[in-house]
Amino acid sequence: MKIHQFDAVIVGAGGAGLMAALYASKGGANVAVVSKLYPTRSHTGTAQGGIGAALGNKIGDDPNEDKPIYHAFDTVKGGDYLADQNAAKVLAEEAVDSVIELEHMGLPFDRTSEGRISQRRFGGHTLNFGEKLAYRACHAADRTGHMILQTLYQQCIKNNVRFFDEFHVVDVLMNQGVCVGSTAIDLATGEFHVFHAKATLFATGGWGRCWSVTSNAVSLTGDGAAVVMRRGVPMQDMEFYQFHPTGIFKLGILITEGVRGEGGVLINRHGERFMEKYAPKVKDLASRDVVSRAIYMELRNGNGIKGKDYVHLDIRPETVNRYLAEAGESKRIDRDYVEKKLPDILDFCRTYLGVDPVKEPMPIQPTAHYAMGGIPTNVDAEVVTDENWTILPGMYAAGEVACVSCHGANRLGTNSLVDLVVFGRRGGKAIANFVKTAPMTPLPANPTRQIEAEFDRLRRSNGKTKAYVIRDAMQKTMMENVGVFREEKAMQQAIDDLRELRERYVRDLVIDDRGSKFNTDILEAWELGCLLDLAEVTAISAINRKESRGAHSREDYKKRDDEHLLVHTLAYRECDEPYYSGTPDYRLNMDKKVDLSLALEDERFKPKERVY
Amino acid sequence: MDVTVRIRRFNPEAQNNKKPYWQEFTLTNVDETDRVLDLLHRIKWEQDGTLSFRRSCAHGVCGSDAMRINGINRLACKILMRDLGGTKIQVEPILGLPVLKDLIVDMEPFFAHYREVMPFFVNDDPVPADGRERLQTQEDRERFDDTTKCILCAACTTSCPSFWANGKYVGPAAIVQAHRFIFDTRDQAALERLNILAEPNGVWRCRTIYNCTPACPREIEVTRAIGEVKLAIQKGTPHGIIQVHEIKERVVNS
Repeated sequence: MKIHQFDAVIVGAGGAGLMAALYASKGGANVAVVSKLYPTRSHTGTAQGGIGAALGNKIGDDPNEDKPIYHAFDTVKGGDYLADQNAAKVLAEEAVDSVIELEHMGLPFDRTSEGRISQRRFGGHTLNFGEKLAYRACHAADRTGHMILQTLYQQCIKNNVRFFDEFHVVDVLMNQGVCVGSTAIDLATGEFHVFHAKATLFATGGWGRCWSVTSNAVSLTGDGAAVVMRRGVPMQDMEFYQFHPTGIFKLGILITEGVRGEGGVLINRHGERFMEKYAPKVKDLASRDVVSRAIYMELRNGNGIKGKDYVHLDIRPETVNRYLAEAGESKRIDRDYVEKKLPDILDFCRTYLGVDPVKEPMPIQPTAHYAMGGIPTNVDAEVVTDENWTILPGMYAAGEVACVSCHGANRLGTNSLVDLVVFGRRGGKAIANFVKTAPMTPLPANPTRQIEAEFDRLRRSNGKTKAYVIRDAMQKTMMENVGVFREEKAMQQAIDDLRELRERYVRDLVIDDRGSKFNTDILEAWELGCLLDLAEVTAISAINRKESRGAHSREDYKKRDDEHLLVHTLAYRECDEPYYSGTPDYRLNMDKKVDLSLALEDERFKPKERVY
Repeated sequence: MDVTVRIRRFNPEAQNNKKPYWQEFTLTNVDETDRVLDLLHRIKWEQDGTLSFRRSCAHGVCGSDAMRINGINRLACKILMRDLGGTKIQVEPILGLPVLKDLIVDMEPFFAHYREVMPFFVNDDPVPADGRERLQTQEDRERFDDTTKCILCAACTTSCPSFWANGKYVGPAAIVQAHRFIFDTRDQAALERLNILAEPNGVWRCRTIYNCTPACPREIEVTRAIGEVKLAIQKGTPHGIIQVHEIKERVVNS
């Protein structure tokens, strides 16, 4: 075991982690970034369509008079009124400055004819409280996330941030009621390293790999969320998991909402633009939960293409121009325009489907995409552990793994990137201040005893079940029973399945690789343990919330229940040992009220029925 | 269909005979739309958990899984059975970097070269007084678009015979990264970067062999970008980011 000491350790090197690292180090803290991947492999790099900010840049003839308060409203409405309104306000207001700052760091945004940052339409983003669609998504072709990740990594290199690449964090260390660091495995050697720090920020991303069809990277196994949950930190709003409407059929690879932002439409087997039925006003650019449900309804009613479980997304210029003309808009697109604005999407479809979207529509289905829930934090990325917003000193979280909650029950497109830069930056600043005065609390005795024992147990596994068998079964039950539509019996089935799978995971796993160096066999098995924990807490939080709100849509409770359920779910994992020797129980707390501070000043922010 | 996958293996912890070796695996029910990564995963999951390789996004964006497939550098997640034709596949680690285990190579020398070329935006002027973005025309933005696509997968650098022969050569990927900034009108460190790349282990190690361009999974015109940097060192850049007299001063000063 090796011990390192830093003022601050950032776990995860995606957008939120790098932004936090940059700001903590600019603020004078001695910072290290620990990531199981090389930083440029992080999933931020796959974000496509844009980052939302009310810059109000003129687009063509459209004055696009945008304001942060409109962005805040769209975020709150998109979140089906479960978003904490103070957080949505911070998100929208600081988005503007954050995007400008990214440009100043060199991010190569596309440009308008006036040389300003180019903006496109995106689902749920409107001007003047829903009056008309806004051009708000600032973009660099359809690889905005790639450019954000590259730019932030470049700036970290410029600022000499210390990186521990391919160090896989597997535990968080607590002592005297304070977070004192984390434990990681050096993949190259298999050695355990303790990162002793005054502040530890988790920016480890999501857990889309709980489901079988997902846009998420293979490495998105929710490790950060799982390790802090096992040490007593609650998970907030885990029942709210977003299915993105347009994943490539079967593969789940994301097709950006920017396709619809540029005029693309969803079409069923009858050639019908079916979103006109479900969202008469903004149609294909309703928020993601609405569109995903609409697609499922179409499939259920037998309107899938060729009777299969997919519909078409059509960006062919002739189709787009027909609908633009119908809507009385002056914009027209051609093949070159599509090639220029959506090059990566065309590449994915040509590579994986053999389909050229300029000539043929794309087969798509909803794909597990984004966790609105996660580690509860306040707007400074400080982790809070109960309904009274009690801070856990030394622990921070930002990005998808965190639940601020600015996204509420359903995140709007582009807001994940906003979340990364806004709350990553706030976290970095808060850490820089905190470490100036905070003491270095000592490590607990034998800090790696439990986690080393757990890995020894895994290494010796010689049962009969391979990890992938358990993983496939978990993904299948989550897809079928805790997906876009939910009901009591199915969710109970998922919980029963997951408990049985956990039992097999503990008692009957087999591992082939007994070595130390790059033992990806053990680490995949360990990641599966994280996924099983997160799948279970998701299903348990979901079955407990007896209403339909945002991404949590129940067939047995179709209405939203603002009278009783304008509250966040806090789920505590309770288990004698933090790892797998016992079966955990989950204690649910429903006392954390949603922040409605904007509604106190402005009627328009009061919860009401959501219509698009 | 049935497919045979022949993989170059290396176990650094082998008790005896610590040499690389070939191993063949047979897979049944392979679809023509399966990615090579899907095949590697099936081998790892169903047959031999010790097989080690890197991967993450699985759709050609993160750059983790560059490997030599049927003798050509590719991303395992971006090459499908139907692209390869046939039912025999050979997979080995990318060349020119030390092999650590199976298909995993030591990426550190590659990233060290990347860091050598100042791969970050430099502009010390005050930001615009209105607090808004710096302006850039669409044409100026287009000028360096191609090289912004780089995902640092190392497919180009490890396909380059000049790099194989001399690991001190910064390699195509580092030059692509430098190009992205040299030709950005907003950046101010083009001259420093050109100085770095004019050194003996810079662009002049490139003999225009052209392996890098077809190796790039992002379809960046790598050889062209290197050529533009060579030309900039000799004649300055278009749009006057670097003037010829500045180049001459550099030559005189050195």
